[in-house]
Amino acid sequence: MSDQSVWGAELYDTLVEGGVSIFAYVPDGGHKVMIQKSLEDDRVHSIPLTTEEEGVALTAGADLGGKRAVLLMQSSGTGNCINMLSLQANGRFPFLAIITMRGTYGEQNPWQVPMGKAVKPCLEAIGVHVIEVEREDELKDATVAAMGMAFKSEQAVALLLTQKFIGAKAF
Amino acid sequence: MAEEIKITGSNQRMDRAQAVPAIIGNHRDFLIVSGLAGTAQDMYAIEPDADNCFLLGGAMGASVSMGLGLALARPDKRVLVMCGDGELLMNVGALATVMGSGVTNMSILCVDNERYGETGNQITHTSMGTDLALTAKGLGIRNVMTVTAPDQIEAGRRELRRSDGPTFVYLKISDAKPPKQSSRNFNAADRRIAFRRAQLGHL
Repeated sequence: MSDQSVWGAELYDTLVEGGVSIFAYVPDGGHKVMIQKSLEDDRVHSIPLTTEEEGVALTAGADLGGKRAVLLMQSSGTGNCINMLSLQANGRFPFLAIITMRGTYGEQNPWQVPMGKAVKPCLEAIGVHVIEVEREDELKDATVAAMGMAFKSEQAVALLLTQKFIGAKAF
Repeated sequence: MAEEIKITGSNQRMDRAQAVPAIIGNHRDFLIVSGLAGTAQDMYAIEPDADNCFLLGGAMGASVSMGLGLALARPDKRVLVMCGDGELLMNVGALATVMGSGVTNMSILCVDNERYGETGNQITHTSMGTDLALTAKGLGIRNVMTVTAPDQIEAGRRELRRSDGPTFVYLKISDAKPPKQSSRNFNAADRRIAFRRAQLGHL
């Protein structure tokens, strides 16, 4: 299994170097390192949400104010976001979500499976580009690519950190 | 101004077409995000396509969170969120997120007609006992004021301009269905670009 303290720190640094200054999240074990780094970093805002869809609207509001924001969440939160993504589809607001996957490769909790299976088709149906990361050595390039599409081409993009990459939680 | 506001509707409260512009005052004091339907129409009636305002036409429940993102990005400005009771009820937890964010440059004007005006004036939970001012207080919003009468409008207008926010002003208005409004610009991409050009000076 990959070492989150290494790739989480690298992913965080890549986002901050790319101009991201607002991290909105619903906590997930796979985002533990990034969330902690954002809380300790005076250069950025670290915003805990009560539901993922708040983050969809929050990142669009940040764009109105000229700042770059990302949404960190687990795959189960995807379903909570779908109607709110009308904002990005209609308004061409940049959107970048970093989604840690559950319910797919090696999953041991059946409650995660239905939404895990639905993540990609749901996101694509509402107009979000999906980039899947399966290996640690793909992460940096994929993150830079996703940021370019989101913040330069004004697209909605989800970077999926797959369970082949981050591993499956043992139950 | 206060004594001119009519009292109407089955709940005998203030006329929204008069009360909402009165409590906002000069809208150029704020960057504004409005939720869909009633409050978007209220703002459009004050000034169509104002370049300091982004009016939602869907994405119900987005307004408070969108305003929070804007407030975080623009600490040099005061942000006003306008939302209806139905819009706020759909994502009321966003008020807890506002509290937790620590922003002080944000005010929320909740215009409560106790109805889903857009879909046929069906009752909302606020007509059955839900008090969104108590909710806002309970979720940790620092300054909370309920405005029910014309003689409280001026104090509400000042409250929205506090610098030590977040602030929540709960404007209780008539449940009468307002007259049909003129159609407005629903092109969100156009409004995004207009807002950014005006407020940032670039695309």
